[in-house]
Amino acid sequence: MNALELSGVSKSFGDHVVLEQVDLVVSEGTIMALLGASGSGKTTLLRIMAGFEVVDAGTVTIGGVVVDDGTTAQAPERRRVGYVPQDGSLFPHLSVEKNVLFGLPRARRRRGAADGLLEQVGLAGLGGRRPDELSGGQRQRVALARALALDPRLILLDEPFGALDESMRAEVRDEVIGVLRALDATAILVTHDQDEALSVADRVAVLQHRSVVQEGPPEMLYEHPADPELAKFLGEANVLEGNRTGVRASTALGEVLLDDDCAGCSGPVRVVLRPEQLGIVEAGEGTPGTVVRHQYFGHDAMTHVATSGDLLLAVRHEPRRRLQPGDAVGITVLSPARAFEKDPKTPSE
Amino acid sequence: MTLTAPAPGATRRRRGDQHPWLTLLAWIVAIGVLMPLAFLALAATQAGWSSVAQVFFRRLTMTLLVDTVVMTVLVTMVAAFLGVAAAWILERTDVPFRRTLLVLLIIPAAIPDFIETFGWINLAPWLHGLFGSVFVLSLAVYPFVMLPVAASLRRIDHRHEEVAASLGTGRVGVILRVTIPAVRTAIAGGCLLVALQLLAEYGSFEMLGYRTFTTEIFTEFQVGFNTQIAAALCIVLVVMSALLVWGETVVGRGGRRAVASEVVAAPKLRLGPWRIVALGALVVLVVAAFGIPVLSIASLLISPGPAVLPSASLLGAVGYSLFYGVCAASLATIGAAAIALGSQRARSRLRRAPGTLALVPLAVPGVVVALALSYVAERYGGGRWYETSPLLIVGYAVMFLPLALIGIRSSLDQVPASLTEVAASLGSSRSAQLRRVILPLIAPGLGAAFALVFLSTITELTATLVMIPTGVATLATDFWTFQTNLSYGQAAPYAAAMIVLAAPPLVLLARLGQHRGEHHR
Repeated sequence: MNALELSGVSKSFGDHVVLEQVDLVVSEGTIMALLGASGSGKTTLLRIMAGFEVVDAGTVTIGGVVVDDGTTAQAPERRRVGYVPQDGSLFPHLSVEKNVLFGLPRARRRRGAADGLLEQVGLAGLGGRRPDELSGGQRQRVALARALALDPRLILLDEPFGALDESMRAEVRDEVIGVLRALDATAILVTHDQDEALSVADRVAVLQHRSVVQEGPPEMLYEHPADPELAKFLGEANVLEGNRTGVRASTALGEVLLDDDCAGCSGPVRVVLRPEQLGIVEAGEGTPGTVVRHQYFGHDAMTHVATSGDLLLAVRHEPRRRLQPGDAVGITVLSPARAFEKDPKTPSE
Repeated sequence: MTLTAPAPGATRRRRGDQHPWLTLLAWIVAIGVLMPLAFLALAATQAGWSSVAQVFFRRLTMTLLVDTVVMTVLVTMVAAFLGVAAAWILERTDVPFRRTLLVLLIIPAAIPDFIETFGWINLAPWLHGLFGSVFVLSLAVYPFVMLPVAASLRRIDHRHEEVAASLGTGRVGVILRVTIPAVRTAIAGGCLLVALQLLAEYGSFEMLGYRTFTTEIFTEFQVGFNTQIAAALCIVLVVMSALLVWGETVVGRGGRRAVASEVVAAPKLRLGPWRIVALGALVVLVVAAFGIPVLSIASLLISPGPAVLPSASLLGAVGYSLFYGVCAASLATIGAAAIALGSQRARSRLRRAPGTLALVPLAVPGVVVALALSYVAERYGGGRWYETSPLLIVGYAVMFLPLALIGIRSSLDQVPASLTEVAASLGSSRSAQLRRVILPLIAPGLGAAFALVFLSTITELTATLVMIPTGVATLATDFWTFQTNLSYGQAAPYAAAMIVLAAPPLVLLARLGQHRGEHHR
């Protein structure tokens, strides 16, 4: 069964249209990342699911029950939807244990009743602490335990790791996702971080231009984005103009093999190559170019190379190769590229 | 399976809006607060424009206007200088005994101005007129500038000053071009409080023999209650107060607060040999504003004289002061809480309006509120409410509700919306959110509001003199009676009792102020 269905959801604040005709289906037990740039409306969409905002049009269905259809909306307190805000929003006047037990009926708010949940999120023994005695990551895990205590049908996490230090983020993220997976929970994770979305979620929905432009497993989105713009949003991408004949396209990098097998396709295309699909070779081999910028990251390195025809290409490669701006190099294509039919109506950038 | 039946408990509502009944309650309180003033305007217009104009343009009104403005401007300027200088020395230099000095410098804020004046006049009967007023009142009111400026100096990000210094600005230039503009809002707010207080003050100026609008209105009331003249004078007074409030918003608007995620505290300026000078200056201020008046009253208490402690009468006055203080504080706190909650995070103007309207009495001198309420009670109450305890309590509540409202609202603003949203997602109804999340979190704010209104009520003189039921006496009215008869020795115990009663709420306020914000990190 589907845990959540959004259909034709639209929302404006005054004249400002935030969401337009959003459709989204999340099946039970899925962890979905809702990925969008800041201001794309992803938090508004999450708040609509939680019931903090009502839709102007469209329907929201949770667990088979319509909770908002544009005329009536079920109050958030009746939805059984867990909500974990960015900063955790622990009740500052209550201990960790009382925070976790907040949503339970009074009879079940006994001392020790939260122990199991706290252990689950790796905070056994911290029930007596006050929220301001916890680290950011601990607070986030308490917020998760608090949401889980009610056995919600759906858990919403609004940029839950955004406020954490870089060093702590990965650890807390792995723990939180681990807990959700262990419980086979359905969760929606709002994020603006592509790496986070791609690495932790079962499926990713990309919110752009006020609606969901593509939804699917991470690898599908990364390797088969719906358009070049989406390709760039999901990670760095070089976009080249080309002309297609069968499974090959002629570009500034010469003849490039394409990754689909549309043998009969032809015409002008835009070819997308990820930086890791390009390689740097000695000058004289491949397509000639000049190093413009070289960035060292430790685990790999990124070099921007200018080729003839004002093309600036990003190449990801082994860190051992140290290059200086001005060095002459050659560029090769390492794997088949993705081609998009060029829309004759939109002029190239 | 897809059911399309509407979910149970489905209702349409907008985010953040409170219970409709809470909004209704907010409106009722706001209207209750404003109604007497509306009646006053009505009374003035009933007399007809020509007779009102006659009052407006008679020579006495002009003289009063000039005298009131001159005194207000001078006292505010001196108090602003004292307040800003004291705040800067306390917050930005390595002056010794900082904490003790801070407490001692704040205390005059809790001592009623007429008690301070009494203390000074007892020692220096020659203090009189404009000079006497500026001298005594400046010492009485500077804490109202010092407090917000000190708080603001603590909050502003010192990095701005460092940046200015790194751009080649000298020390004085940094103060003038960066520090002062950054605390400008606080200075303007403090000056507004001071000026409004001066416009409303009766007791001090009466003792000092300086005529202002308020003393004149009071005299009109006592000599022969001429409603029209009093109402017309009240209107001038209210207009002056309103102009001040407007002026403050204009000045305060320029001071945009830079939002810093973390505030870097400024290192204390090393004064070197000047430390002694700064310490001496602050000690002189403490002695003049607090030491001398209190010692003067104490000397009256212990000096053998005709003063036999009127213990029964004193106890009775303490009892009434406490009774009125507790009743007024409860009423104002509940009313202010209703308004604050009812207009919290409201999007519609209809829901926000009570919060703004209820602030109006802030700019209305107590004597005006008192006269308006008395007028309404006499005219429409069939004489049943005129000069009764309930009316007096309502009067206090109306006068001091804005103080309670400001405090409660700021503590409510510190409760993030996400907390009530989380509570909702955990199944709490709106009343449960109020009971289990909002009220526990704003409890310190409610306590502070109660303490502030209590403090203000037991030290209130002007409105009390107008509205006190016959045969009832509070500390303030008994003090005033003896003082008026120049029985300083007999007045002193009442003054001392007022200072003693004011101490616990003051300590409570200071405690709550310290703890504030500790929760919401």
